[in-house]
Amino acid sequence: MNVQEKARKIRLDILDMLYKSQSGHPGGSLSCVEILLALYDNVLRYDPKNPNWEKRDRFILSKGHACPTLYAVLADNGFFDAEELSNLRQLNSILQGHPDMNKCPGVDASTGSLGQGMSMAIGFALAGKMAEEPFNVYVLIGDGEAQEGVVWEAAMSASHYKLNNLVVLMDYNGLQIDGTNEQVMNIEDICAKFKAFGWDTLEVDGHNVEEITEALLKPKGEKPLFIKCNTVKGKGVSFMENQVGWHGKPINSEQYYEAVSEVKK
Amino acid sequence: MTEKKSTRIAYGEALKKLGETNKKVIVCDADLSHATMTSIFADEFPERFFNFGIAECNMVAASAGLAHCGYTVFASTFAIFGAGKAFEQVRNAICYTNANVKLGLSHAGPSCGEDGGSHQAIEDIALMRTLPNMTVLVPSDANQMEKAVFAAAEISGPVYIRTGRLPTEIITDEQTPFNIGKANVLLEGKDAKIIACGIMVAKALKAADMLKEKGFNVGVVDMHTVKPIDVEAIKKAASTGVVVTAEEHTVIGGLGSAVAEVLLEMKADVYFKRIGIQDRFGQSGKPEMLFEEYSLREDDIALAVEQVIFEKNRIKEKQ
Repeated sequence: MNVQEKARKIRLDILDMLYKSQSGHPGGSLSCVEILLALYDNVLRYDPKNPNWEKRDRFILSKGHACPTLYAVLADNGFFDAEELSNLRQLNSILQGHPDMNKCPGVDASTGSLGQGMSMAIGFALAGKMAEEPFNVYVLIGDGEAQEGVVWEAAMSASHYKLNNLVVLMDYNGLQIDGTNEQVMNIEDICAKFKAFGWDTLEVDGHNVEEITEALLKPKGEKPLFIKCNTVKGKGVSFMENQVGWHGKPINSEQYYEAVSEVKK
Repeated sequence: MTEKKSTRIAYGEALKKLGETNKKVIVCDADLSHATMTSIFADEFPERFFNFGIAECNMVAASAGLAHCGYTVFASTFAIFGAGKAFEQVRNAICYTNANVKLGLSHAGPSCGEDGGSHQAIEDIALMRTLPNMTVLVPSDANQMEKAVFAAAEISGPVYIRTGRLPTEIITDEQTPFNIGKANVLLEGKDAKIIACGIMVAKALKAADMLKEKGFNVGVVDMHTVKPIDVEAIKKAASTGVVVTAEEHTVIGGLGSAVAEVLLEMKADVYFKRIGIQDRFGQSGKPEMLFEEYSLREDDIALAVEQVIFEKNRIKEKQ
């Protein structure tokens, strides 16, 4: 399966999960498909048969509401049976509405409260530095998430402790629940902000797996790395693309069939 | 009861002692290491100490990250910031994930003195007690604090340890046990039992002495673990017919509430009163003056116990 086919498959999984559960977050899940594919197919060191392997690289989906994408990718890589995907957001499911590390194999950190994934990653990265066999830590945050003050507490501590084993990717789709970032709370020049906090920064097309992979595999400098991934919220489903309303809306049957047929094309 | 030492100093010393044998112990602080006394550990093991600066929320969640990589993490700041400002991080990063993080938070209660109401945590026990997976410890003196630190390291999962700034009496010795969830009965008594925690235990013992001179036989229970609370110890205390709780904390949601919940659910035939801060904020002042202002002295405890015994006898006589 080539990378486009794979991305299509993940998008179909996401639509199936969200349609079945009649809740969840389509827009931000569809926008980060290629980012997660780049990480899980090309970058992260892990063992699906031993999800708690000490030497693994860690990945934190700090924008936890996009977990359908993570679950689809984890299932695709053998962390659990793909049949589980139909239990998203159901009682006693391993696939909680936001990722739960104690319920779902392969989830390295429970997230959902925006901003906290960054801080937990600081702890992981400090531990990664002290480990006999050092590991890397990758975090995906949302663009609106940068409005949380604790993100900047974490950013400050990452450069202070020279955590060059830490990479933060931002799913920069420009939209949040109440409108565009610019309307709600402008995050302005995000790369300049991270640079000012002592980070290296890169900017990539967040729907180009090759480009994301290349950025992730670049030799690391002495600083933590921030990668701005330019994306489209709702990517792949034209009536969802760049629509504020599709942050967290249930998909009706008509919309579901329309979306699926479009993704399959 | 002349020797005095603050529980925060005992906390710092205990961390150092623990760090000598347990290489997996990491200590974090938020620019208050010379007040929380984690500096004692930091001086000895700088490679296992992380200062997060004035950023408590980040420290708390990062501590969870470290813990999930196999470390036993002690994170410290003032109780008002650790339990208050960073509450949501304590909830979601530590308790929800059941991270092996111990929050040793200091300057709790009005005994921290002159800094005033903004800095005197009076609601921390209540906040920490509501969280699933959290164990809540309020050691009564410096000796108990050392044992509490070691006991906390022994269990896997979140623990809140309340420490104080004020040097207070040493009331226990090397032999006094410290078992999480098992209260220490320091004095038996048949007329009433005072259930206290933290620095109020020493005051409860003095109150019992004062009441003894008046002919009352009053017991004292050191409820150093507020969660999980020792139900059996409360049951025994209730058999005296009079229970008074004493804490350096608001009476809403803390030790008094925890004991009341148990008493009511066991349908105890008991007369009950809570000594603590009566729904007010603290303020600046010398600790002794604040104890007087907020009715937290041994005299206040003794008076309350006497009043409850009197009330019980009066009503029982009527029946």
